[in-house]
Amino acid sequence: MPRTDTGNAIVARGLTRRFGNLVAVDHLDLTVERAQVYGFLGPNGSGKSTTIRMLCGLLLPSAGDIEVLGFKIPQQADELKRRIGYMTQKFSLYEDLTVTENLEFVAAVHELDRARAKARIGELVERYALRDLRGQLAGTLSGGEKQRLALAAAVLHEPELLLLDEPTSAVDPQSRREFWDSLFALVDAGTTILVSTHFMDEAERCHRLAILDHGHLVADGTPRELMDSLSGHVLVVASTDLRRARELLEKFPGVDACAQIGAHLRVLASDGAGVRERIGAHLREGGVEAKVETAAPNLEDVFVSVTRGRNEHAEKAA
Amino acid sequence: MNLRRLIAIVVKELRQLRRDRLTFAMIVGIPTMQLLLFGYAINLDIRHLSAAVLDQAQTAQSREVVAQLQQTGVLDFSYRLRTTQEIDALLRAGKISAALVIPPDFERRIAVQDEPPLQIIVDGSDQVVQQAARQLGALPLTTLLAPLQATPVNNVEIVNFYNPERRAPVNTVPGLIGVILTMTMVLFTAMAIVRERERGNLEFLIATPLSPAELTIGKVLPFIAIGLIQVTVVLALGVLIFRVPINGSLLDVYAASFVFIIASLALGVFLSTLANTQFQSMQLAFFTFLPQILLSGFMFPFAGMPWPAQWLAEIFPMTHFVRLIRGIMLRAATLAELWPELAALGAFCVIVLTIAIARTRKRLD
Repeated sequence: MPRTDTGNAIVARGLTRRFGNLVAVDHLDLTVERAQVYGFLGPNGSGKSTTIRMLCGLLLPSAGDIEVLGFKIPQQADELKRRIGYMTQKFSLYEDLTVTENLEFVAAVHELDRARAKARIGELVERYALRDLRGQLAGTLSGGEKQRLALAAAVLHEPELLLLDEPTSAVDPQSRREFWDSLFALVDAGTTILVSTHFMDEAERCHRLAILDHGHLVADGTPRELMDSLSGHVLVVASTDLRRARELLEKFPGVDACAQIGAHLRVLASDGAGVRERIGAHLREGGVEAKVETAAPNLEDVFVSVTRGRNEHAEKAA
Repeated sequence: MNLRRLIAIVVKELRQLRRDRLTFAMIVGIPTMQLLLFGYAINLDIRHLSAAVLDQAQTAQSREVVAQLQQTGVLDFSYRLRTTQEIDALLRAGKISAALVIPPDFERRIAVQDEPPLQIIVDGSDQVVQQAARQLGALPLTTLLAPLQATPVNNVEIVNFYNPERRAPVNTVPGLIGVILTMTMVLFTAMAIVRERERGNLEFLIATPLSPAELTIGKVLPFIAIGLIQVTVVLALGVLIFRVPINGSLLDVYAASFVFIIASLALGVFLSTLANTQFQSMQLAFFTFLPQILLSGFMFPFAGMPWPAQWLAEIFPMTHFVRLIRGIMLRAATLAELWPELAALGAFCVIVLTIAIARTRKRLD
């Protein structure tokens, strides 16, 4: 089967996967351009891992068409496997092998000849600060070290596409920053990266973002676009009686969500026009002294907004 | 099949094995322990069974018979009884395993030969005792009583060919090679392959160009060497400690063991495709392990089994291996003479490996 190159790294249409009665991924449409970091943001069980596994041919889709790097998946999965790197959520290298032994093994599996393997391993232990850990068993590494080793193993054969399934879930914030720096270095070299996460700060770093909820793609775009779409919908309420204010607002029509952030309430309103004034009036009528101001939306607001809409819809349907 | 990848798997497997001290110890520990256990503890030559005698005849001849039976060393007459009720009580209490009853008309019965002159009552709850006593009843009496009989009945002479001293280890050690290989080879492979799945390594591996056949064969190859080491350990200890003869060719012994190792590994690979955790694979291994040992002819004579058991046993690789190894080591048979057994093992390998590889998934679902 020939490889058809459309310029996009990943194109999926109507991607669906069922496990028994559960629909883990439901008619997902996805387009990922090359040399980008594309993020999957979603809560646990939203279908992120299942989607990634289908994209690299590890799981058969129940329905839908996938094309990754121009290969039809799952039919051409074997050809694809030489060109992708996959980093699993759980550390999946051998804990009873050393750092070097693990990398040597991965190099051999990808058929790198010995000289090339040696050069590449030397390069990667340097780049990912593994030099001093070369002789250490992988099982004794810290979370951040394991993650660097896993990344080194995933990029050893210089894949065109890197699929990362919640790569930073067991890692401290400092290691996470360094990890993302290394991802951008890979993108600069032309690699496409698909990364799933449930951290907002990570999602914000992606070039483009897809928000998944219960197997549905509920929003996608650049983080900026997604946040701008909520402009005027996010309000911050300061009051001496936040508890009472919250009670009043939760039942107020036009208020989608309300959460306490420190000494403020962060309010997500569905109807932007004049909502600030209406909320201020409503609180005064309820006898609460409050200051209401609009705020710049962040990704968490976007996330709450798009997942909430769906959930209410689902509840009504049920 | 890519050689570089295959070697990578073998090297990785050996490196992991070197760090897995428990498995490493089991490779030599299991054969040694089992050999000593089976060689010393399982001794089917019954001697000094506690017994009672009820001599209702009380003649010179009856006392002579009792004395001669005592001399065989099989029965120890520690009780002299007066009534049959006493036998019952002693048997039930487990104080005796057998009782010899000499009826009042003992001499008449010998003369007329209408009824057996002696009766041995046996504790039937112990199969081994039962068997030993039955042999005792059948054999010595004809010789014991021969001088007394007017017309001697057929004296059956038992000539023991391949194990003249009737030493148990001579029979057990060759079969024990089969037991040890079955136990370790099936278990080790089933667990080694499932371990990749259980620890999550498989999720990484299947996203690489590695094929299921490369993974399976690469993981199994080191175990062939391990199996041959175990054969060597058992043979060496068997010869040195239990003076077990190797009457046939040593090369044939290794050749037969090699084919049997492949068959056991094939079974292990097959089991690994059924299990999701190492614990499950261990359970499955034991599930196949017991019938193989019980029905192979290693523990109980094959000829005495009902036909469904025999039919089932013909499927097991161990049945054929026990025949092969006993033939080669004790009867000095050659592999050419035993070709049907070898062919059966070969067929088992091909069929089971084919099913196993077909079942090995290259995907997670």
